[in-house]
Amino acid sequence: MAAVTTTTPTTLRQRRFPFGRAAAWTVMGLIVLITLLPFYWILRTALSTNAGLSADPTNPLPVDLTTSGFERALGLQSAEEAVAQGGAGGGLDFWRYLLNSVLVSTLITGCQIFFSAMAAYAFSRLRWRGRDKVFGLFLAGMMVPAIFTLLPNFVLIKQLHLIDTLLGIALPTMFMTPFAVFFLRQFFMNIPKEVEEAALLDGAGKIKIFFRVVLPMASTPIITLAVLTYITSWNDYFWPLMVSYSDSSRVLTVALAVFRAQTPQTGVDWSGLMAATLIAALPMLVLFACFARRIVSSIGFTGIK
Amino acid sequence: MTIASSSPPSRLPTGGAAEASSTTGTRQGVSGEDRGDGRLAALFIAPALLGFLVFLLWPTLRGIYLSFTRFNLLTPAEWVGLDNYVRMVNDPIFWDSLWVTVEYVVINIGVQTVAALTIAVLLQRLTQSAMLRGIVLTPYLMSNVVAGLVWLWLLDTQLGIGNEIISGLGVDRIPFLADETWAIPTIALINVWRHVGYTALLLFAGLQAIPNDMYEAARVDGASEWRMFWRITMPLLRPVLAVVLIMTVIGSFQVFDTVAVTTAGGPANATNVLQYYIYGSAFGRFQFGYASAMSVALLIVLSAITVLQYRLTRAGRTDLG
Repeated sequence: MAAVTTTTPTTLRQRRFPFGRAAAWTVMGLIVLITLLPFYWILRTALSTNAGLSADPTNPLPVDLTTSGFERALGLQSAEEAVAQGGAGGGLDFWRYLLNSVLVSTLITGCQIFFSAMAAYAFSRLRWRGRDKVFGLFLAGMMVPAIFTLLPNFVLIKQLHLIDTLLGIALPTMFMTPFAVFFLRQFFMNIPKEVEEAALLDGAGKIKIFFRVVLPMASTPIITLAVLTYITSWNDYFWPLMVSYSDSSRVLTVALAVFRAQTPQTGVDWSGLMAATLIAALPMLVLFACFARRIVSSIGFTGIK
Repeated sequence: MTIASSSPPSRLPTGGAAEASSTTGTRQGVSGEDRGDGRLAALFIAPALLGFLVFLLWPTLRGIYLSFTRFNLLTPAEWVGLDNYVRMVNDPIFWDSLWVTVEYVVINIGVQTVAALTIAVLLQRLTQSAMLRGIVLTPYLMSNVVAGLVWLWLLDTQLGIGNEIISGLGVDRIPFLADETWAIPTIALINVWRHVGYTALLLFAGLQAIPNDMYEAARVDGASEWRMFWRITMPLLRPVLAVVLIMTVIGSFQVFDTVAVTTAGGPANATNVLQYYIYGSAFGRFQFGYASAMSVALLIVLSAITVLQYRLTRAGRTDLG
């Protein structure tokens, strides 16, 4: 750090100070603008009519304020109505896809976190032969990019006759991810031995300790991990695209792509598409709003230390 | 997905240390009267181990096996030796898509790293506002599909606000996603928009480890922010930066979603990234064997990057002291 001691004339420092700060705030402001403006534009577009959008593309406010975009996305309009307003009339039902997304993400998150926590407990708090070897195997599993297992997993899901089912979408990530096991093990290891010993003296078994001591004490990282897992599975596209073929298992991400592909001859139904996009994105925004502080600081936790 | 695929490498060193301490724990157990919890452990580990073996280990081995077969899903896989690999090496579309992917990764990672570093430093040096950190993370909550569709609209040649502004400035409209030269950089930047906040927060976490008095001492000595960045921040952040860089590169190589919803590989294969080509081979042409061979090629590229990562992190750690 010898270089740090190099001095700069004080006059220069005084002159630069407010100027540099102003410039830095300008850059920060620009970043916030680029980050948030697209969200406003989604809303503005979703509340406009398609005719209005082509007539007045630069209007910062919704053109011909309407909710017909949302009605189209939620399947509340008849096909004729939809086509008249620039939609495809393809009869997509986003209520259903919303439900499918909720079911899949809840199933994945609930099971994955619980099973991973169980495994993490066995890896951190129980003594058994071969523990370190099995853990090493899990560790090696993190080296395989998720994308590599998709094709063979598709073949497997097909052999299990679970194609086009919600269970088929959930199954591969339902039991664990090496990361979840790893992440939770870190926290379980930090729980002081004395707490566990005190519970043992009180006559609690190891299973009871897991439910009554370990899980509650690690509730903060568990909730953080759960929220992030929920967001990840909600946003997943590639795997559901392979597995899902019909309405019965279509999740929001896949439905959006289908909506986009159904472009009517008059041009893309931007109003309906942006309304659908908002429906798909809103639950995660709300979830984030509830847990923002925790998630933001957790990235410090889970990231590099 | 990103947090799952991103954080593991960084945690490995800690895991190693933890493992070392757990072995000493076992040794104590052997010398003490503790008999171990074999049966209970088996119960606790069973679901995760089942998932690991069935949906991770088995598909990995099967994926490698399938790459040596001809397989169309309907009839059993037929062993064809190295045929798929020979075909791959002679397939100009494969090389083309590998090249397109590399081009994407270079633009995506180049811009994203500089932008994330800027944001992280601003969040550290300018303000410690948690709200700003939250705002910066918002696009990461969107799926790639949503991000792709929104920018498809913003950049639409006829009606998109982006092109309205451009033509308002008197410049010709740019068909961002419909033009062979513009498409890949555009997709790369869309994904920067979605991921930059997350990357910035990872770097920000690394910056938090740098003691504040270093900056204060430097300021007393009259160093400018610019100088402090190069003399304090960069050298001390280097190991963290190396890890973040490699793991974002690995994520970047797997680009698929954004391409699928914006350009579908077009125009004229200009955005036919490797993962998209693999998907098309498997689900469009039912050549699961050939698709598996290309997946193995991608796996090898990514493994090489992981090895590189270990080299860099080791080097980085000695650097930190």
